[in-house]
Amino acid sequence: MEFILSKFNYWIYIIMMMIGFYAMIAKRNLVKKIIGMNIFQTAIILFYVSIGAKKGATIPILEAAHHTVVPPESIEVAKYINPLPHVLMLTAIVVGVSVTGVALALIILIYRRYRTVEEDEILRQLT
Amino acid sequence: MINRYDNLIIEFFCRIIAAPVFIFGVYIIFHGEASPGGGFQGGVILGAGFIMLAIAHGMDFTLQRIREKMILFLSCIGVFIYGGIGAACILWRGNFLDYGKLPLPLESVSVIRGIGIMGIEIGVGLTVMGVMISIYYDLINPGGIQPELSGEEE
Amino acid sequence: MKPLKLLGLITVIITGFFLIYGVSDMPNWGDRNAPASTHVSPYYIQRSQVETNAPNFVSAVLADYRGFDTLFETTVIFCAGIACMMLLRKEDDG
Repeated sequence: MEFILSKFNYWIYIIMMMIGFYAMIAKRNLVKKIIGMNIFQTAIILFYVSIGAKKGATIPILEAAHHTVVPPESIEVAKYINPLPHVLMLTAIVVGVSVTGVALALIILIYRRYRTVEEDEILRQLT
Repeated sequence: MINRYDNLIIEFFCRIIAAPVFIFGVYIIFHGEASPGGGFQGGVILGAGFIMLAIAHGMDFTLQRIREKMILFLSCIGVFIYGGIGAACILWRGNFLDYGKLPLPLESVSVIRGIGIMGIEIGVGLTVMGVMISIYYDLINPGGIQPELSGEEE
Repeated sequence: MKPLKLLGLITVIITGFFLIYGVSDMPNWGDRNAPASTHVSPYYIQRSQVETNAPNFVSAVLADYRGFDTLFETTVIFCAGIACMMLLRKEDDG
């Protein structure tokens, strides 16, 4: 029971990952597969961001630092959450947007050529 | 039948709210150092402002304000601003993207680094805005429709 | 249910079990001494304001300490825009 309660964030994101994975491999419509890929990507990004959380800590912006220089020794590290996963996941979000944009453009071209977006009808027209 | 007054409320409201949206986007880009925000976030908000005008009024209305060739040209300018600031640091005997060596007349090295951060966030914001509008325009363009299955593209 | 969809569902459930078995090594939710927060992250939190005059640690790390990665990430989204343009735009003939 404690295994579920103390690591519940990983459980939630694994379930979300598996929903996206099932949509990618089991649905027949091409647009639904792309939406499944997007769900998978979002679950991975949230998984990494949840690793950097700290109990009782605030957002990673220094308080009372406008136009003053705060000496490094007086900053309590445990008061601010870890900024590194947020930085790395900004890159991941941008890559996700790019892949979704190009994938939707390819689906439009497939529709113009075959007049359908169902996978089995495209396979039937190819053979 | 589409009536002329079907979209009147949406058109009127989008035209009023578009100006605060653009100002908010520019505010988020420039205050990326001191509050949550930065280049990517502000660029997406600026792009979303143009997309909102395109959804409410039609794409021709937005294309009168910014032509389709200029949209990707804005993206190129954004990448060049970023690379240009990085290359300018080499001219003054620093590494690539080493903002401390730029000869700006400010108090200390850390303030010059702060100005360098603001400069590259502007470049990133311009690029992301241009790409958002360009992808939206490409996806809704009706283009040509092939009448038979064995026809080729164009 | 169709046989191929049933096979997909079994694959997904087996993958889910393997992932949950791997979670037992990860740190708890909200742990302050997690390995992700102990090596270079205290350096960034303490010295960002002194060295770069930016109270926002995320912007300082993204644009100053790791500025090279952000340059190529901007190039990636620019390439996505160019790829969409090349696939879908047609020239006006006549």
